[in-house]
Amino acid sequence: MKETFYDVMRRQGITRRSFLKFCSLTAASLGLSPAFVPQIAEAMETKPRIPVLWLHGLECTCCSESFIRSGHPLAKDVILSMLSLDYDDTIMAAAGHDAEAIVTEIVENYKGNYILAVEGNPPLAEDGMYCIIGGKPFVEQLRYAAEHCKAIISWGSCASWGCVQAAKPNPTRATPVHKVPHLADKPIIKVPGCPPIAEVMTAVVSYLLTFDKLPTLDSQGRPQMFYSQRIHDKCYRRPHFDAGQFVEQWDDDAARQGYCLYKMGCKGPTTYNACSTMRWNEGTSFPIQSGHGCIGCSEDGFWDKGSFYDRVTEINQFGIEANAEQIGATAAAIVTAGVAAHAGITALKRAQLTGESS
Amino acid sequence: MNSNAINTPPAVYVYEIPVRVWHVLNALIILVLIVTGYLIANPLASVTGEASAHFVMGYIRFIHFTSGFVLVVGLVFRIVWAFIGNTYARQFVLPPLLSKRFWSGVWHEILWYSFIDKRPRKYIGHNPLAILFMHLILFWGTLFMIVTGFAMYGEGAGQHSWQFTFFSSWVIPLFGQSQNVHSWHHLMMWFIICFVITHIYVAIREDKLSRQSLLATIATGWRTFKDDEPCDD
Repeated sequence: MKETFYDVMRRQGITRRSFLKFCSLTAASLGLSPAFVPQIAEAMETKPRIPVLWLHGLECTCCSESFIRSGHPLAKDVILSMLSLDYDDTIMAAAGHDAEAIVTEIVENYKGNYILAVEGNPPLAEDGMYCIIGGKPFVEQLRYAAEHCKAIISWGSCASWGCVQAAKPNPTRATPVHKVPHLADKPIIKVPGCPPIAEVMTAVVSYLLTFDKLPTLDSQGRPQMFYSQRIHDKCYRRPHFDAGQFVEQWDDDAARQGYCLYKMGCKGPTTYNACSTMRWNEGTSFPIQSGHGCIGCSEDGFWDKGSFYDRVTEINQFGIEANAEQIGATAAAIVTAGVAAHAGITALKRAQLTGESS
Repeated sequence: MNSNAINTPPAVYVYEIPVRVWHVLNALIILVLIVTGYLIANPLASVTGEASAHFVMGYIRFIHFTSGFVLVVGLVFRIVWAFIGNTYARQFVLPPLLSKRFWSGVWHEILWYSFIDKRPRKYIGHNPLAILFMHLILFWGTLFMIVTGFAMYGEGAGQHSWQFTFFSSWVIPLFGQSQNVHSWHHLMMWFIICFVITHIYVAIREDKLSRQSLLATIATGWRTFKDDEPCDD
């Protein structure tokens, strides 16, 4: 007999009243109407608890750090207990062979019915030797666990895009989950960010577990409810952008007035995330609110665009490292010089010609 | 060489009114787009006072977007005109890229501009090198700007806008992320600036040195010739 979510919660000493409160909170955080509350409650009462395997590849654990700080207090407690986090080498008590045995156990016992959450990514160079888990390359553990999972969650920019370890020149060939060769063809939910927002992470997990289906994903595989708009679209400093009021230096009066950080290289206009609406640390603040531009951490290859403080960023094609402005202005200068030289030679040749003919 | 008046008509009507009007409008729009586009990437100095009292960046972006739409209408019109207008109207949109004669013409123009070949050829329409550059940089360059421009416009217009559906949804993943689209859009602006510099220079130079009229032709539409020998196109 497999336990339901509700069984687990009751066992953990959560009252029915608290349970129902949690259901309405979950509905609210997922942007659903109150009509969905009974549906969520019923799902939790009847559905068997789905185990989650949380694997760690090349990563910095900032995703885990973010996840355990999920802001809604009740949701945090309940999700951590309802989430049958059977394997997470960072926060689990077991270690060594006992810990690794759990992976095999889950894969064997819950075939096709567990969620694989991946934090970090596998390096492919040297047959994956740059990341060894329990004596084996991480990429093998990932392929093994992915074989029978229900769906894969790519936590953070590492699993979603590659992040810092995949930045040029990427010596270990760190590869985001969806690009790993010979990986079982499973639905992948990308939850990018370095780290992703805590409430976004818990909401994605609770959506998966309560509705037993994937949230609506955008064309790049990110949950639409959190990644369909840019930071810039919902930024509270947006009126300053439209007015043409910008911070020009970190310590100027405009910075104190809270003007737009566009000229300081804020990547809000090109970054899809929910920071400007959900904010961080229980909705306290987010980078722009604390006076620093967005660095675009939830975007693909954000490490390879040069300085975080430039508006016009670098292009890395053709082995050059320069921004569009430098390349373009240089090209225009060369063309102008070329035209001037060509005009000079033309005039000279004409003079010679008229000299010869006269 | 037996040259006579039959080889060369005294004047040929090359650029019809729609082409000339498009040429002027397109040049103006490109100028506006370059200035406003540059100011979007590198905004003017900040204005002071309440944010509600100003809309500087808003107006600059509005002008850029509006001009962009005009550019699209212009290019669509120009493509349609390539099929309606005379043979010379086709060169910009559908150059004879498969013709050997065309490529030998391109090679000759390169030799002529390298001061190796001393004698320019004579064309009623554009010379082959001009056709090649206009087609590659201006036609495909404008299309590139339209596609990347709509992709970025769609980001602001939202996921249910047609710009997002037809452009943003595939252009942004293609480039990796939005910032890359911005960078390439900006870089293409510089390529178009390079084209404009070269375009103006060679137009003046050809007007002086070639064997046909040039600057007057784009104003009046009539091509006249400086000698009686046969044309090369």
